[in-house]
Amino acid sequence: MCGTCGCGDGQVQIDGRHHHGDAREIVLERDIMAKNDGYAAANRQRFRNGGILALNLVSSPGSGKTSLLVKTIEMLGDATCSVIEGDQQTSHDADRIRATGAPAVQINTGKGCHLDAHMVGHAVDDLAPSPGSILFIENVGNLVCPAGFDLGEAHKVVVLSVTEGEDKPLKYPDMFAAADLALINKADLLPHLDVDMDRIVANARRINPKLDIVRISARTGEGMQDWLDWIRAAQAAMRPATAAE
Amino acid sequence: MHEMSLCENIRDIIQEQAAESGFVRVNRVWLEVGALSCVEPDALRYGFDVVMRGSVAEGAALEIATPAAKARCLACGQVAVVAHRYDPCPACGAVEMQVTQGDALKISKLEVV
Ligand SMILES: Nc1nc2c(ncn2[C@@H]2O[C@H](COP(=O)(O)OP(=O)(O)O)[C@@H](O)[C@H]2O)c(=O)[nH]1
Ligand SMILES: [Mg+2]
Ligand SMILES: [Zn+2]
Ligand SMILES: [Zn+2]
Ligand SMILES: [Zn+2]
Repeated sequence: MCGTCGCGDGQVQIDGRHHHGDAREIVLERDIMAKNDGYAAANRQRFRNGGILALNLVSSPGSGKTSLLVKTIEMLGDATCSVIEGDQQTSHDADRIRATGAPAVQINTGKGCHLDAHMVGHAVDDLAPSPGSILFIENVGNLVCPAGFDLGEAHKVVVLSVTEGEDKPLKYPDMFAAADLALINKADLLPHLDVDMDRIVANARRINPKLDIVRISARTGEGMQDWLDWIRAAQAAMRPATAAE
Repeated sequence: MHEMSLCENIRDIIQEQAAESGFVRVNRVWLEVGALSCVEPDALRYGFDVVMRGSVAEGAALEIATPAAKARCLACGQVAVVAHRYDPCPACGAVEMQVTQGDALKISKLEVV
């Protein structure tokens, strides 16, 4: 009896697969995401060196990431912002950003359902964000796998629109666990909907007790100031680290 | 959802290891896929067979272990096995639990020739 796979002595050897007299085991314990994490670490170091605040915006399609970014850039001033747009096919969103005057680079992932840190590194080469600026990364619309890919950002920001329902944080817990801030967008629609804002917040906190949550509307501007304050605080939080080095 | 690209990572790691350790074929691959890693084992199996074609791990058997996830209760400090990120604390019922383990995704070992 073969000790490796339990095949009997004299069993037919197919395709050479039963020549395991010399088979051996190699213990690896290797993280499958290690390659991405290596690129992410390089991106993060680069952002830190330049004092660049990188924010990774994640959501399902249509929750309002691009609309929020356009409004945010208008309020912050285009000189201090740049944007990496991830999309499977079109460059429509990058065009919307460029219309504000801020530089934008489009990454088309084709069939890929997420951005990875290697793609983002190349986009940063193209974009060359200026020191002290804010880099927004709009991820591919998908509440599942972008949660698993570190891009080197300072924070993941999850955008959820109120029309998506109260249960989404529970259905997509990984994303809410990975994020530091949730923007609950399209708050202007709340009066027309049968949706309970408090339950969205409670469900999100249940997944991630430390999550900051801002109720916002890209349409009316409600909550935009809270979001900008959060960005300013995040910028301030990265300064002592840069000064100490 | 991105199981194909994870399989490409697995293939690249195995190919690098083959060059380093000097094996020419992989009979069996053991993966550890944490219960909260958001990876679908069935999709991973399908992608594995397709992506390994033409590599040293073509036709290799795939063993997937799914270790349980653990979380710490922020209210009472209890560490418990959880099936979901939103499971309440079994000791005190609090819903604020911080996951401490169970999202790993790694190649544990290989059987090679
Ligand atoms: N009512 C309302 N509609 C919004 C708001 N923000 C975005 N939208 C609309 O939602 C749709 C998708 O927005 P978009 O920014 O392209 O979402 P993305 O796919 O996440 O980038 C568009 O029709 C927007 O006009 C909002 O705050 N309120
Ligand atoms: Mg968009
Ligand atoms: Zn490259
Ligand atoms: Zn993906
Ligand atoms: Zn407890």
